[in-house]
Amino acid sequence: MTAEIGHFSLILAFCVAIVQMIIPMIGAQKGWGSWMDIAIPAAITQFMLTALSFAALMYAFAVSDFSLQLVVNNSHSAKPMLYKLTGTWGNHEGSLLLWVLILTLFGSMVAFFGQNLTQALKARVLSIQSAIAVAFLAFLLFTSNPFLRLAFPPLDGQGLNPLLQDAGLAFHPPFLYLGYVGLSMSFSFAVAALIEGQVDAAWARWVRPWTLAAWIFLTIGIALGSWWAYYELGWGGWWFWDPVENASFMPWLIAGALLHSAIVVEKRESLKTWTILLAILAFSFSLIGTFIVRSGVITSVHAFAEDPERGVFILAILAVAIGGSLTLFAARASNLHSKGVFSLVSRESALITNNILLVVAAFVVFVGTVWPLVSEMAFGRKLSVGAPFFDLAFTPFMVVLAMVLPIGAVLPWKRADLKRAIRPLWGVMAVSVALGALVLVVQTGTRMMAPIGLTLATWLVLGALADIGIRVKLGKTSAAESLRRVRNLPRSEFGKMFAHMGLGLMIFGVAAITAWETEDIRIAKPGESFEIKGAWSTYEIRFDGVNSFDGPNYRATQGEFTVLSNGREISVLRPEKRVYTVSGMPTTEAAMDIGITRDVYLVIGDPQDNGGWAVRSYVKPFVNWIWFGATVMALGGVLSLTDRRYRVAAGARRKRRQAVPAE
Amino acid sequence: MKRYLILFLMIATPLWAVQPDEVLPDPVLEARARVVSRELRCLVCRNESIDDSNAELARDLRLLVRERIVAGDSNEQTIAFIVDRYGEYVLLKPKTTGSNLLLWASGPIMLLIAGWIGFAFVRKRRPDAQDLSKAEQARLDKLLSE
Repeated sequence: MTAEIGHFSLILAFCVAIVQMIIPMIGAQKGWGSWMDIAIPAAITQFMLTALSFAALMYAFAVSDFSLQLVVNNSHSAKPMLYKLTGTWGNHEGSLLLWVLILTLFGSMVAFFGQNLTQALKARVLSIQSAIAVAFLAFLLFTSNPFLRLAFPPLDGQGLNPLLQDAGLAFHPPFLYLGYVGLSMSFSFAVAALIEGQVDAAWARWVRPWTLAAWIFLTIGIALGSWWAYYELGWGGWWFWDPVENASFMPWLIAGALLHSAIVVEKRESLKTWTILLAILAFSFSLIGTFIVRSGVITSVHAFAEDPERGVFILAILAVAIGGSLTLFAARASNLHSKGVFSLVSRESALITNNILLVVAAFVVFVGTVWPLVSEMAFGRKLSVGAPFFDLAFTPFMVVLAMVLPIGAVLPWKRADLKRAIRPLWGVMAVSVALGALVLVVQTGTRMMAPIGLTLATWLVLGALADIGIRVKLGKTSAAESLRRVRNLPRSEFGKMFAHMGLGLMIFGVAAITAWETEDIRIAKPGESFEIKGAWSTYEIRFDGVNSFDGPNYRATQGEFTVLSNGREISVLRPEKRVYTVSGMPTTEAAMDIGITRDVYLVIGDPQDNGGWAVRSYVKPFVNWIWFGATVMALGGVLSLTDRRYRVAAGARRKRRQAVPAE
Repeated sequence: MKRYLILFLMIATPLWAVQPDEVLPDPVLEARARVVSRELRCLVCRNESIDDSNAELARDLRLLVRERIVAGDSNEQTIAFIVDRYGEYVLLKPKTTGSNLLLWASGPIMLLIAGWIGFAFVRKRRPDAQDLSKAEQARLDKLLSE
């Protein structure tokens, strides 16, 4: 019964979405207030219906209702309750329902909190938001219905992939979706602005928080996925340039560009056209990402052919959304007049540089991701594009970005004197280069990865601090006065500082692990000791023994190792090899001694004929800085999001409207 | 869903990539073998190098790579040897020939285009490059002609 309620409310949500798509838009065009106002209750109703539907599906998973085909295929009665619940979105249909749920959630938030938007803009935004919902609800209902019943329910389900039973993996899709779908808000605002033909600072002040929120969620979602891969896949890789990863990475890059260009619209009323285009592109990449993940087209052309209905449906959504919005853009963009003037050296130019680098980098990732498909279809060459390509083609953009970032961040708006602006940064630059040079001298070998990485990281971190220092006139005035200025700085300044520092920390982590990781593969017998050399310290690892035990739904073989440094015990690690009894699937559980400067990462493999065991050990220097850096970046975003001007952004537009008498 | 499951099994079956018995006694040769392995794709996996993969086929390829390296092949010769037998698909770093030039050049070309557009835009917005309105122009002409 609950499944039917879920199904019906989904159909109802679809009907409401159609109404919300059409009526408010007509109202806004004709200036009919009551037609426009329908958007508000409609958006809230739509959200509640979708939420009810999602709850019904979740309930079916919770009670293991095996009369539902989806539950049979993706759940099992022996699963822990947490993973039964998260299993709701661990499949195609359920994840799409979650996608739509988040979409309608955002819509209802605009309806609820958007009192200060003009009536027409709000109606248009909600109408476009609803158009996206109509497309995806139709996709869900007609090709991917999660509520299909089985005539003969089986006794138990089939879905018990042990790898997916992991908190990191279970919670990273919702974050990614909050990010992907959050960008739909920027998209709706952009299209609405094109229809209205007006973009101003108040518009940017509305769009920026949504983009920022989406970007924060994407940052967290991507970091969670990467962290999961690191500890679960068994060799400590943290980024693979897999099409599915790229699908989330491209919108992240574009959202990063959009965040920065929206600042220019907000503060200087310039770059309007470009910002609108970025908002459209950001969501387009989200859709493309959804398409890549959901159709399987990139993985193999054959996967697409297996299930052409779904693929063609998403392709149609893509074509209408991207094609339609870009056509509208082409027709209307010239009406948007930018006001600000600025010189070649200015904050505006620096932000344009940021945008160029981020967008071109995203473009490279995009080309690399779709190239196997393009190449096979257009040139008949079947080939692969993997990590070595992306490392080479993508990294230079990030290096240049990191080089110009601290300089751009201190340039004043409109017109800057480059020499004067960067004077306070010379010291930072000297320290960064010196540190890099020091590493170059100390390290064995001449690889440039670590020195360059450390130089850039120091440059970014100290540069971000210097920026604050300049702002509070540190050293130029009394300490008390500087402190007073620190207190008065808007919170977004600290957001900027943390976000830029986070990027620096992450770059350092990436460079360090790439340059200095060490690995040891061997056969060891219980009782034996062996050494693994890290980049700067050696660890002795004592293999104490192996035991076997039964877990809740698996059999485990667990090795016990003591890690010693200079003869002193620092930790006992117990890597496991598990075989899950239902699926017969083996997994490894790596064991780690986690540290700030390095992780010691141990994996136990198969028993050997001579009584030994295959053992793999790694020292991974500074690897946690990657995720720590991402967290700091996200924190910067949160600080910026809670800045006072968004909380009071409310009044701004309305007041101005009132000041001008009615048309 | 079965498809996703299989994909997951393929990417994620963890355990072992390089096994202890594959490792070459000479650390220099072994290091070269690792470098080469990272550029070769495990043919039955999803986006995994043979160095990371634990598939049987990946192991065979790893052994083959080491065999060639021990036999005295350079890294390039080893890769060429494998490509001859398994095709271009095996390369994770696509060749820079023919249509692939488009792939490799896409970043730089796009950067040039975007940089040029950006530069042109910024130049147009320079304070002194702003067009004068007709009235201003007329006034200027008048002033100049005086």
